[in-house]
Amino acid sequence: MKLKTTAGLALASFGLTVGAMAADIRIDGFPDYDSQLNRILPAFEASTGHKVSQLMNNHGDHHNKIATNLATGQGAGDVVLIDVGFVGSFVDQGGFVDLTDRFAPHASNYAEYAVLQGRGGDGRQYAVPVDLGPGVIYYRRDYMEDMGYNLDEVMASWDSYIAYGKELKEKHGVLLIGNAAAIAAAYINFNVEPGNGLYFDADGNSMVTSPRFVRAFELAKQVRDAGLDGNISEWTEDWYEGFKNGTFATQMSGAWLLGHLQNWMAPDTAGMWGVSHLPGGIYGSWGGSFLGIPRQSSNPDAAWALIEHMISADNQLAGFQNIAAFPAHTGTYSDSSFDEPIDFLRGQQARQMFAEIAENVTPVAPHRGDLIAQSLVIQTALEQVLNDGVPVMTALRTAEAQIRRRVR
Amino acid sequence: MSRNLDVSPEVSDVVRAADTAKADNIKRLWNKSTPYWFVSPYLIIFGVFGVFPIFFMVFLSFHHWNPVAGLGSMRWVGLENYELALTDPMLWQAMWNTLVMALLSGIPQHLVALPMAYLLVSLGAHARHWLTTAYFLPYITSTIAVSMIFYIMYSPQSGLINHMLRALADGTLTSWAFGWINNFMPIAWLQENSLIRYSVSFVVFWKYVGFNIVIYTAGLATIPNDLYEAAKIDGASSFQRFRYIALPLMRPFIFFAVTLTIIGNMNLFEEPFVLTRGLQTAATNGMSISNYLYRVAWEWLDMGSAAAISWILFLVIGTFTGLYFWLFGRKGLEGN
Repeated sequence: MKLKTTAGLALASFGLTVGAMAADIRIDGFPDYDSQLNRILPAFEASTGHKVSQLMNNHGDHHNKIATNLATGQGAGDVVLIDVGFVGSFVDQGGFVDLTDRFAPHASNYAEYAVLQGRGGDGRQYAVPVDLGPGVIYYRRDYMEDMGYNLDEVMASWDSYIAYGKELKEKHGVLLIGNAAAIAAAYINFNVEPGNGLYFDADGNSMVTSPRFVRAFELAKQVRDAGLDGNISEWTEDWYEGFKNGTFATQMSGAWLLGHLQNWMAPDTAGMWGVSHLPGGIYGSWGGSFLGIPRQSSNPDAAWALIEHMISADNQLAGFQNIAAFPAHTGTYSDSSFDEPIDFLRGQQARQMFAEIAENVTPVAPHRGDLIAQSLVIQTALEQVLNDGVPVMTALRTAEAQIRRRVR
Repeated sequence: MSRNLDVSPEVSDVVRAADTAKADNIKRLWNKSTPYWFVSPYLIIFGVFGVFPIFFMVFLSFHHWNPVAGLGSMRWVGLENYELALTDPMLWQAMWNTLVMALLSGIPQHLVALPMAYLLVSLGAHARHWLTTAYFLPYITSTIAVSMIFYIMYSPQSGLINHMLRALADGTLTSWAFGWINNFMPIAWLQENSLIRYSVSFVVFWKYVGFNIVIYTAGLATIPNDLYEAAKIDGASSFQRFRYIALPLMRPFIFFAVTLTIIGNMNLFEEPFVLTRGLQTAATNGMSISNYLYRVAWEWLDMGSAAAISWILFLVIGTFTGLYFWLFGRKGLEGN
């Protein structure tokens, strides 16, 4: 009898545990999103009764893990964070819940280009933007303004920007940029013709031998040949040192680089930096993240509730404060915090500029072959042009032939 | 009505005997199978993680499959993946890189390890134990950790190697001989396509030379001292004793160590992967076949093509090992 009672109690508690676990959901992501989640999850848990756990992996491992989870049909969180670079390859493959109807009432509040990026080839919404990367260029004010250069003149065009680099090198011994490859990437990312994707046109044809790519490669080559860059790989110690020591004068990136610079990369250089529109005043996006619900989620309703919580205006603003994740919710741009001067940028009211860029970016259609094209063009062809002296058109034609074979 | 009522006592005995025999059979079978039940966890795990993936990979290599779309999205493409791989210039480039790095790191490993082991054995037991341990340490250290340390040391601006070269070039006593180095500074060991194979090969050499020293030290310990002593009496020098006694008797060990090097070096993955930051720098010349395989599978999400490439890699390794066995097998295994 005692045994039966014990077994009964064990079974009951197991049932209760399973019941409680069933209500739980998990979000999979990459740092520094945990900093943001730790602050905004208690309110969500208190209001909905759902317990949310987190599984954070570094950027690369996280995306590999999602691919494995989707392939095997298990192991993915109920909500997953997806970097914009992976959206094209991920959302169009059928592994995510169709969020079109759920997101429809909110869609008009979010940057249009980002909303479109989260759609699959069938026009349905599979991923929802949670933060954006308005494309900007950070520059050292001490080299630019303190040495008597005019920002507007320097940024008037790519040619004037490179001319500034030549003067910097000759007169002051300062490099223009850490790695010329960033110039090519910026030109490719920020000059997309309306209706096209980064590497493919609306019909899925490769565009990598088009004038946009040729010009991008030529600009980078011009900078490398003139010795205006340090061939310093991004996200390495040498790159961080470059920011700290002022080895180079400019860096293109998403607005989000500000958070990294002031928090850990070069906090001692506060007041030396400024931020500007890209050369030629072009608009573009550099980075950004999305949220999706894998179809294997056992609790998609709770998962959607979490997404709604994360993309609400208040939490978008919190993300901006906590981890400098620029809000995808355009309704937040009228908040007073957007007028605050930023000490790190010598008091510049940069957030208004970020918002203006976010609202003017031309939509870029994602394509499932984006990752393949990106590694064949930016990592292989550009490297051959910059380091091995391969002619631009030869490298691009080879890349295009490869893309045509590989994107099946 | 029960059927038993119609059955005579004799028949009933036969049925009972048959039942007993059946029970005995089951018992005997159960007893016989007991050992297999004990080893079944291993068999199951080996089947699931060892045998099944091999057959699944054969199946996969004839399909086009993006894992993100789930298992149901597999599409039969026949030999297309093999055709795609064999006509892929990047695969051939990766093959060439792998071969060059295998030779650049593999040959010096043995050329250094063999005399070094001989030297260690000559030094006597005490020194030998300490030094063998020291040389073996890189082998048991995590490849990722080793590669990351070398990544930092190779750094063009802040790396130890360039710092040392700069110090030599600028030093008052050394500048006359090393001053020319300044013309090439900062040397981008891992960013320049022309240098990366050498940089990766050095790391591989450094990591595995100790392993070969241990194999050769063990091999040398099997050679009877009498042979050396007899040669000594005949007036053989230390080099002659190494050349004419140690080297021929070491053939089976050399054969074993070189076979392991061929297989290991053709599978090179971690060192180039970490040193090129996941193929972001100098990928053209630093990418091994395994790295390319990873890129096709996990960056481009084309599992079928990756499976075909891995079978091609398997055949290449098989061919090289087979060739080595054919050329040196008989001599290598002499006396065994």
